[in-house]
Amino acid sequence: MSTLLPHLVAALDAQTIADAVGLGAVYALMAVGIGLVFGVLRLVNFAYGQLIMAGAYALAFASQAGWPVWLGIILCFAVVIALSLAMERVVFRPLRTQSPAVMLVTTFAIAFLLQAAALLIDVRDDTIGEPATSVASLNQAISLLGVDVRKVTIVAVLVAAVALGLLALLLGRTSIGLQMRAASTDFRTARLLGVRANTVIGFAVLLSGVLAAAVAVILTVQQPFVSPDFALYSTIVVLVGVVVGGIDRLWTATLGGFAIGFASGVINGALPTDKTVFLPSAVFALVIIVLLVRPAGLFARGRSSLADRV
Amino acid sequence: MSRRAEPLVQLLGPCTLVVAVGAASTLVSRATEIDLLNAIVSMTIVVALYVFIGNSGVLSFGQVSFVAVGAFTAGVLTIPLESKTGVLPELFPLLRDHTVGNVVSLVLAAAVGGVFALLVGTPLMRLSGLAAGIATFAVLEITHNLLREWDKIGPGATTLSLVPESTDAVQATIGAVLVIAIALAYQRSRFGRMLRASREDATAAQGVGVNVHRQRLWAFTLSGALAGLGGGLLVHLLGSITADQVYLELTFISLAMLVVGGTTSLFGAVVGALVVSGLDTFLGRAEEGVNIGFTFDLPQGTRLVILGTLMAAMLILRPSGITGGREFSLNWLARRGRRTRGGAST
Repeated sequence: MSTLLPHLVAALDAQTIADAVGLGAVYALMAVGIGLVFGVLRLVNFAYGQLIMAGAYALAFASQAGWPVWLGIILCFAVVIALSLAMERVVFRPLRTQSPAVMLVTTFAIAFLLQAAALLIDVRDDTIGEPATSVASLNQAISLLGVDVRKVTIVAVLVAAVALGLLALLLGRTSIGLQMRAASTDFRTARLLGVRANTVIGFAVLLSGVLAAAVAVILTVQQPFVSPDFALYSTIVVLVGVVVGGIDRLWTATLGGFAIGFASGVINGALPTDKTVFLPSAVFALVIIVLLVRPAGLFARGRSSLADRV
Repeated sequence: MSRRAEPLVQLLGPCTLVVAVGAASTLVSRATEIDLLNAIVSMTIVVALYVFIGNSGVLSFGQVSFVAVGAFTAGVLTIPLESKTGVLPELFPLLRDHTVGNVVSLVLAAAVGGVFALLVGTPLMRLSGLAAGIATFAVLEITHNLLREWDKIGPGATTLSLVPESTDAVQATIGAVLVIAIALAYQRSRFGRMLRASREDATAAQGVGVNVHRQRLWAFTLSGALAGLGGGLLVHLLGSITADQVYLELTFISLAMLVVGGTTSLFGAVVGALVVSGLDTFLGRAEEGVNIGFTFDLPQGTRLVILGTLMAAMLILRPSGITGGREFSLNWLARRGRRTRGGAST
């Protein structure tokens, strides 16, 4: 590690930081999407990345059909939102009374199912992976104070800021937001006081689907080649960030997502590849240590619903 | 049926299935033989998962890590010396300069799996529920990362090949019967019953003096050793292996097998493994085009779509699995018949 630190410091220029902030913003959006559903359902959605993957495929197919970009984006939102609502109705709702571990293993199965379904659709043309050429034009860079910033990075940061701002207003100022906060604090008591479970859960799933669709657009612009494992690794990394940050509260989960995105951006931008081969081990070891020592998360105070100890 | 015969019946039920599959494998073509032996080896892995997940009720995504270390231990240690320095020059000298026999390699695979599980489990067995799921997932990721990148302990990102293909019908059957017998002996033992009590109600079990952490750790270690043995049998069946083969997809398939059969019984693990293996093999063949009277050709990806649907549907509609979480018994069928007529299921 002693040789890594000077490397990191030397490579920390404005360019790396700009890219890292962009990645952090995308991961923060994903963290909010995962955290919203966890809040009301106590469900860690392993299949969240596959929602994003489905949106990316929608963009790719729209691009191949020659649709304009805005229509492709609408299709992407429609597909992702429909899929997440269907997932809630078919999978989450019947499992609502089951233990969080059963829900986790079920979403693990759903993740594999959706990934294989994508492969099934994808290989009809005998190649794996589809290009999404029409959205790639958004990927041009503009020069800002001597730093090359891609347009999509600016979009990502703006979308993240706006989405988080709106979400804060929604949760803080509206009735449905109040109900969601009540439900995530104590679902049973909230129901007794007249909060409708299906409405609140459906709304949380809807919001998380909207965020997944936004992330799908941003990620596809950055990497316009869509394959069945699109966003799979990003989702695992975000889940790590969410758990390390603190999954119980939305803002700690978001901060965790942003932090791990920013850290990945800095490390990947600054270190040569041969120095980062064991990085996943270090990151996952950190997850284990946090779960053991601070199960509520690094940024959180108090007890966690994860901390069900023996 | 007398109570004294009960453990014998519970042992003979699954073992008859294994021996039947093993015997069948000697009568068929080489390709089908490999499929049948693969089903038996998968079953040993699923029973290993069951020993921890089924008895403790704690979810673990990490047991395939122990399969992986078992497979790589047995594989690296049995590559003939004359070719080992050529194909794996970076190995630690201890691994590079020694080669052991087949049976010794299986014993060592089980030992390494068990020791690794004990080391990992000592801190992790404090966790349950979601935290356990995520932490054991992290163990799987770390194991995969190390096996894939560290060429001092294995082949790194390349394929570990030249492993003697010594898992035949006899070895696979003996291995599976041994694993089933150990699993059954464990679950009927004092420790096994204490752990199963904690599965039903951890607080009540602690109240009557069960040290839940210690009991979970025992099961985790035993499960790790059996998984290591399963990994050893697997590598000796395939003759070659990569780190990616003992990672997410194997975790998914073996969890699907356990869930489909019924998580809370040994018989469920055995039946689930055999049923899902059969389905998996058939669908895998069908993706390449198989002739069953007419040509049956499924597009690539169908296999995992169907297995994923089956697993999710089982978890949603019948969480207790095909066997309903019951052990094998002679009046099992009769009891099932009565329950179906009664129309009530729990």
